[in-house]
Amino acid sequence: MHLSTDLGVWIAALLTLGILSFLYKDNPAYKLCEHLFVGVSAGYYVVLNYFSVVKPNLLDKLFGPGPDYFLIVPLILGVLLFSRFFPKGDWLSRWSIALILGVYPALRITGFGQGDFVEQIHGSMLPLWVPGNPAATVNNWLLIGGLLATLIFFFFSKEHKGALGGTAKVGVYFLMVSFGASYGYTVMARISLLIGRVMFLLHDWLGVLHL
Amino acid sequence: MTFFDGLRKIDRRWIFLAIGLLVVVPLLTGFHIAPVQPSARARGFYDAIEKVPAGSKVLLAGDYDPGTIAENYPMHLAAVRQLMRRNIKIIAVELYPGGPPLADRVLRIAGAEYNKKEGIDYTNLGYKSGNEAVMSQMGSSIPVTFPADRSGTKVSRIPVMKGVENFGQIALLISVSAGYPGTKEWVQQVVSRYHVPMVAGVTAVSAPEYYPYLQAGQLQGLLGGMAGAAEYETLVKAPGLATRGMDAQSLAHIFIALMILLGNLAALPQRSSGGKS
Repeated sequence: MHLSTDLGVWIAALLTLGILSFLYKDNPAYKLCEHLFVGVSAGYYVVLNYFSVVKPNLLDKLFGPGPDYFLIVPLILGVLLFSRFFPKGDWLSRWSIALILGVYPALRITGFGQGDFVEQIHGSMLPLWVPGNPAATVNNWLLIGGLLATLIFFFFSKEHKGALGGTAKVGVYFLMVSFGASYGYTVMARISLLIGRVMFLLHDWLGVLHL
Repeated sequence: MTFFDGLRKIDRRWIFLAIGLLVVVPLLTGFHIAPVQPSARARGFYDAIEKVPAGSKVLLAGDYDPGTIAENYPMHLAAVRQLMRRNIKIIAVELYPGGPPLADRVLRIAGAEYNKKEGIDYTNLGYKSGNEAVMSQMGSSIPVTFPADRSGTKVSRIPVMKGVENFGQIALLISVSAGYPGTKEWVQQVVSRYHVPMVAGVTAVSAPEYYPYLQAGQLQGLLGGMAGAAEYETLVKAPGLATRGMDAQSLAHIFIALMILLGNLAALPQRSSGGKS
């Protein structure tokens, strides 16, 4: 056992134990750790954004050698966002928000259209007979059958009766398999996070685990 | 009180304790269930990097923070090791505020192992806020989007950045991602527009979302969570944190599966009596 002599490791270990103590019941130690996390994160993000975005992309270019005066426009738009703190002038922030709302949906819609919509339709156009590869043939049938059945489940313009209802029910089974897989992965993710913390406590802090 | 009544009323803290013991004991005792077998998805990730010619430049996006270290860090480190072993130049960027120190760490560790120098063999351009806007702007100009590296050195003075203008000079995009912004956005903004080959290592909770990209050929390989990282560590022949954690992971999974089974059995009498028992 080689107990850590690093103050940072001790602080991290005690904060980890403080957060894990919530599993027993809510308590002041957990609350303290939670508040510390929120406060430190907010401070860290503010400083990081200043030094990685505001300073190199705006201040250095605007006030440094060979200033780019066009950057006054984003500077003003950025400052206008703070007008939300003043009820009488909060309407000024709408100009900046309008720009954000205009640019982001456009970026996301075009990205989704190209990356998901078109490419995924393209990806589902598969041969239903793959010579010499029965596994691929079955796989393609499953994929296309599952896709069509699931799409029909989300078709609400006609009552789910008869053949439509039967196919929709098959779609539900495919969806349930998908939810089951997602749940399995979620369990794996949560256990992985626990393993990570336990490794930290046993290796970095207590020194009883050798990696 | 029957066995199933007891199960229904069990204090959940006993289950937490059991999970805790199932994680701690295998780690301390070195209990081993079975060797890790790489999947086709992990092999795709490994092969995509193997196909990149030595001396080429890859973009390594480390979009995660300390919250998902257990899953993302092992795959990040293993990827950097494979890249450096193959003498591939690394340009690292991060769209998560907490990502830069972690990228620094993996680059420093693997750089020392393979005798690689910062600025010549790799660079960390750091964090930039803006999510998709950053990706989109990188398509026009990477040096304009990231004018300097983490330590403030201008990109024009960084040898590894010489000749890099946009994605046209990037041989492979490697996304190590914990969520938004991450793999999905890199696919939507970069792969579909600039046709850059891409592989991804993601958290388990987000992995199912990316299978369609893998199936459609938009991703060449996919590592899902700690299991994916362990498979990849096996392929790069550098067993690390993920491989070490897999036995604890397997035991915890078996226990949870058992609990789900017992929980459903315990709920059966309630269902048969219309939930009144």
